[in-house]
Amino acid sequence: MPRTVRIVEKILDANDQLAAQNRARLDRAGVLALNLMASPGAGKTSLVERTVEGLKGRLRMAVIDGDLATSLDADRAAAAGAAATQINTGGQCHLDAVMVQDALHEIDLAATDLLIVENVGNLVCPSSFALGTHKSVLIASVPEGDDKPYKYPGSYRNVDVLILNKIDLLPYVPFRRDYFERGVEMLNPGVCSFALSCRTGEGVEAWLAWIAAETVSFRADRASAPGR
Amino acid sequence: MHELAVTENLLKTALRHGEAAAARRVTDLHLVIGELATIVGDSVQFYWDIISKGTLCEGASLHFERVPAELRCLDCGHPYKLDGALTECPACASARVRIVAGDEFRLEAIEVEG
Repeated sequence: MPRTVRIVEKILDANDQLAAQNRARLDRAGVLALNLMASPGAGKTSLVERTVEGLKGRLRMAVIDGDLATSLDADRAAAAGAAATQINTGGQCHLDAVMVQDALHEIDLAATDLLIVENVGNLVCPSSFALGTHKSVLIASVPEGDDKPYKYPGSYRNVDVLILNKIDLLPYVPFRRDYFERGVEMLNPGVCSFALSCRTGEGVEAWLAWIAAETVSFRADRASAPGR
Repeated sequence: MHELAVTENLLKTALRHGEAAAARRVTDLHLVIGELATIVGDSVQFYWDIISKGTLCEGASLHFERVPAELRCLDCGHPYKLDGALTECPACASARVRIVAGDEFRLEAIEVEG
């Protein structure tokens, strides 16, 4: 006799549960974690370099680099001074909570204040997979064009921070900043935003100050949370 | 683009519930997929046929209920569907809008035999 079993379960529920475990582990260790997402070439690794160089000596940093096959990005993060761990996704278009869980084993969390997870370069898939990080950061860049919020709403919607990189190119490429910002505002009103250039360093200070402030409030939250 | 990963999750969930229901066979899966979930049904079906072989779910049909993305204007309350690219409220041109539907991505029910 055929019968129907009602389920109503999110298909990525297993990933979400693992992400929650990752988060609990990071919380226990007192590590603030960022998930850096962007299309290929937007400047994820350049931002990692700027961040690590800028906060060296103030924060102990680790980087997890998601890449299809190479270790080029992790090498750059390591050269900048972070403890870098490479995840080769073997062609998969995004990181998921399982991969991050494995990578967390490679990191000395007790000796880490800030963990940066550099996701696979892709403006579609990473936004669907929670990793357990505390803040999601999307990097847009001027040469990609001003229409990206309109074309990739899923990526712009659920991030905590939006960075517009390569602002040094604004005089040379057609990029209507008001149009871009209006799209962002529709999808993610009031999102914390930074405009900067990883090449010239313009605007990077404000981003570094934000991270420093976040780590302070993260620690304060943990200190006041009983049982942690 | 990540349909294989998604389909593997789907199979796991369906098998878990099929086994819990002591089913001999899972014949149908009913999925609800929002337009913003960036999942291509044909690709899911393609992987499904391969990875469900030899399981309780072999040969099961996938049924997709697509949910269009829907927005609501915070200024005038006008509801409208996302038609291609994101647009301001067509009634009052406000950019203060919220996406209220289209993120869905869940297994609603399975049909089983035995």
